[in-house]
Amino acid sequence: MSVEALAEAPRARRPDVAWLGRALAPWALPIALLIAWEVAARAGLANPRLLPAPSAVALAGWRTLLDGTLAANALASGQRALVGLVIGGGLGFVLGLATGLWRPVETLLDSTVQMVRNVPHLALIPLVILWFGIGESAKIFLVVLGVFFPVYINTFHGVRTVDRQLVEMAEVYGLDRRARLWRIVLPGAMPSILVGLRYALGLMWLTLIVAETISASSGLGYMTMNAREFFQTDVVILGILVYALLGKLADAATRAVERRALAWHPAWQPSGEDSR
Amino acid sequence: MSALLETREGEATGGLSVALSGVSKSFGETSVLRGFDLKVRPGEFLAVVGRSGGGKSTLLRLVAGLDRPSGGRVEIGGRPVAGLNPAVRLLFQEARLVPWQSVVQNVGIARGPGWREAAERALADVGLDGRGGEWPSVLSGGQKQRVALARALVSRPGILLLDEPFGALDALTRIEMHRLLDGIWRARGFTTILITHDVAEAVALADRVIVLREGRIALDVEVELERPRAELADPRAAELQKRILAAV
Repeated sequence: MSVEALAEAPRARRPDVAWLGRALAPWALPIALLIAWEVAARAGLANPRLLPAPSAVALAGWRTLLDGTLAANALASGQRALVGLVIGGGLGFVLGLATGLWRPVETLLDSTVQMVRNVPHLALIPLVILWFGIGESAKIFLVVLGVFFPVYINTFHGVRTVDRQLVEMAEVYGLDRRARLWRIVLPGAMPSILVGLRYALGLMWLTLIVAETISASSGLGYMTMNAREFFQTDVVILGILVYALLGKLADAATRAVERRALAWHPAWQPSGEDSR
Repeated sequence: MSALLETREGEATGGLSVALSGVSKSFGETSVLRGFDLKVRPGEFLAVVGRSGGGKSTLLRLVAGLDRPSGGRVEIGGRPVAGLNPAVRLLFQEARLVPWQSVVQNVGIARGPGWREAAERALADVGLDGRGGEWPSVLSGGQKQRVALARALVSRPGILLLDEPFGALDALTRIEMHRLLDGIWRARGFTTILITHDVAEAVALADRVIVLREGRIALDVEVELERPRAELADPRAAELQKRILAAV
């Protein structure tokens, strides 16, 4: 032990540098691209009406931030996304759980869901417009549809692949159905459910943007489409960057949830711990 | 170690009897046990040896109440078995720890009042004092089986069933586990049925060894060696092992 500590001492500084390098490495490529883009724009290599410089996009960002349009549109989109996610994800979770736990529900429901799943939900846009018009409910309905399937399928799959031996052990050790559900089945299905959630978040943004570009009077999709009308390419690019940022944020949020919910999982434990 | 195992006040010790009479069990066309009789005295340590498919695991599942006999009677403590019985605990071939529950939560898996203290004490009994907060994934194979043993013993069962729980462990860890089980069994006096294909293990631990062959008892011998038994060293043990092996 002490010998190892002595050997570690001269290298004590190194890990800091290595850590910094590892933290910065993912940013190297985007920053390099950004610089190249700016240089190209300033050198007149790109038509500023088609591809404005990053600084112009940043300026557009600042402008829309100041007049409040960016925040208002992001808020409108965020609300739709959240409502759709809660409804669609909640339905997918409950139905996935039901089909996973009870065979009769599976026979009744699963083949229908699998059939509907194969219809690209964006293909329903004309129908949805006929049904709901172009109001809020149309967009939320599409998001619900987009989020439902990945959550449903992964919840179902997660419940079905819970280790049978653990369930049997729980029965032998006197856990009732409720305790088995909370302590064995749900945590066992959780990795799969969270994978479903991450897929769902991706589909949530995709669906919403498409729905908003087609028909809306607010939201990020509307903002970019509106900017296109007036040839404000900087705002269009800004909109795209905001999508990327929101997508990244949603992903980071699920990873944080995973880290908490799956703390027991060897994949989330500090490396070296498992080599005992 | 014996200090850890002292009987605490108000905690039931001692074992329950097991009796199978005329028991048969078949799965579809294949019959595993036919007209099977076996009596295990309260507090007895019985080892069941035999080839795979000889009916060992079926026997254990019948006593555990996991399966129902196709015919005949299975009685525990004089009462017929009707499903799972909290006085009977089963140790599986694999530790079957719940990976998302900490070690102490695994031991106290059934919860109930005061479960944490009871679980901590059970962990101390199996030599895992202070490891309760860890995740099962950081434990070695032997430590996992110790946790499983603590989980089985925390409720003070009258019968402990062991389904080849040490089969996957290395030789040294297995001997450690034998000593541990032997010590706890002598302190508590629960009835034990150990399924194993390791004849040396059977002779090292049991009061009595039966050999199961094609659903029948091919040999039934008492092991009259004093405890604790130093494995391999005793020529009488070697003699007995030879006899059992011949019957398998």
